Amino acid sequence: MNDMSPTDIVGDYQEHTLELYKHGTRKVYVTDIETPFPEGKLIVSVVDLDGNITHANKAFVEMSGYQENELIGELQSILRHPDMPKAAYADLWQKMAKGEKWHGYVKNLRKDGGFYWVYASIVPNVRNGEIKGYTSVRRKPSREKVEEHIELYKGMKNEEV
Amino acid sequence: MKKYNITVSPDFKPDKIAGWYIFNTYLQQAADISLHLNLYDGFEQQRKAIADGQVDLIYANPFDAAMLVNEYNFKPLVKPAGANDECVVVTSADSAFTSIDDLVAGTKIAATDDPAINMIGMRMLEPANLNEDNTETDVVVSFIAVAKQIMDGKAQVGFILKEAFDGFSNMVKSRLKVLVVSEIDVIYHGLMAAPSLHERAEELSNTLMAMNTEPKGKAVLEGLGFNAWEVMDDEDAAFMIDLMETLRS
Ligand SMILES: Cc1cc2nc3c(=O)[nH]c(=O)nc-3n(C[C@H](O)[C@H](O)[C@H](O)COP(=O)(O)O)c2cc1C
Repeated sequence: MNDMSPTDIVGDYQEHTLELYKHGTRKVYVTDIETPFPEGKLIVSVVDLDGNITHANKAFVEMSGYQENELIGELQSILRHPDMPKAAYADLWQKMAKGEKWHGYVKNLRKDGGFYWVYASIVPNVRNGEIKGYTSVRRKPSREKVEEHIELYKGMKNEEV
Repeated sequence: MKKYNITVSPDFKPDKIAGWYIFNTYLQQAADISLHLNLYDGFEQQRKAIADGQVDLIYANPFDAAMLVNEYNFKPLVKPAGANDECVVVTSADSAFTSIDDLVAGTKIAATDDPAINMIGMRMLEPANLNEDNTETDVVVSFIAVAKQIMDGKAQVGFILKEAFDGFSNMVKSRLKVLVVSEIDVIYHGLMAAPSLHERAEELSNTLMAMNTEPKGKAVLEGLGFNAWEVMDDEDAAFMIDLMETLRS
């Protein structure tokens, strides 16, 4: 995946290098600017079995800061934020492999370096008995849960190093 | 000629009853099929009829789509163009609450028995950490009855189908405050056929989708409250079912 571009970033930023699963590294730039979740909406995307985005709804595109054509065919980890612990995603993919549903709180990274919190639910797309892809639907999380997960993920990140 | 049974999700508006009878008559002539319209008082009775094999064609609530497709092998045919199921969460105009975030545990909810609207409404309360366990729901007979519960101070928030809310008088609307309106866009009612009608599925879809191209069909659609039927294919239904699944908890 391409590195982020400093020219896209709005505000003061910090540089991080993510180690993506099977896809090398990615340089990202992050700011402290939070974008509020759009009221009443759901942020929806569908990915194929490899984690490539095949569908993104309008709210997904708007919140990501990318154009739709920059997202389709791209890995879903284009939204991965360095504050998210690896274990959260490992749990997600384990559930998917078993054909189960996953719920979790996720901090996502925008193209402009900002972030947004979501409560995500992911289900496998079973068609004629086979898993063809996965759908993720993100809802507005409560502030209390977000605060809880900021602490929880901080602890999990510390244990990674 | 074999007679088939058609039914309509019990959440349709009372003023549309005549419209559905007229639609039934129209479809029988246009598709040369014999149909009997059965209306059920509630979702439970309707689900029982489905389980007993007494439903061949159904205008289904999105909440029941998963059951119809996965358990009873119904096939989606068409959906009303541009008519999505969206939920308006209201409180009383003079309430101190100005947003969902202001709500607290113990909140009393007024709702109908429309399962899709109730599920969407419940999810809209989540940002305040509210769920089925820390709220209390009063089920009333109609969306206007939900509005009345709110206006009378018997519940703090109400779940109302957006289409019904939009049809309320200005007097009613002025006594309600909207906390949030869902904009989900991909949850909708659809007409679905039981296996008994699968061989006629394509023909029925074509007849239905041509309705808005001729004056009589157009008038019938008006009576149902929309302008045209649109194709609803297997993947449209599967996508909606997956999406609803994410909202179940
Ligand atoms: C349907 C679906 C949706 C996902 N949505 C996100 C997302 O919004 N943000 C995110 O960081 N990862 C998301 N993931 C996980 C990513 O695919 C990826 O595992 C994650 O970003 C971590 O990157 P890595 O696997 O390269 O370590 C999603 C996965 C699936 C299956």
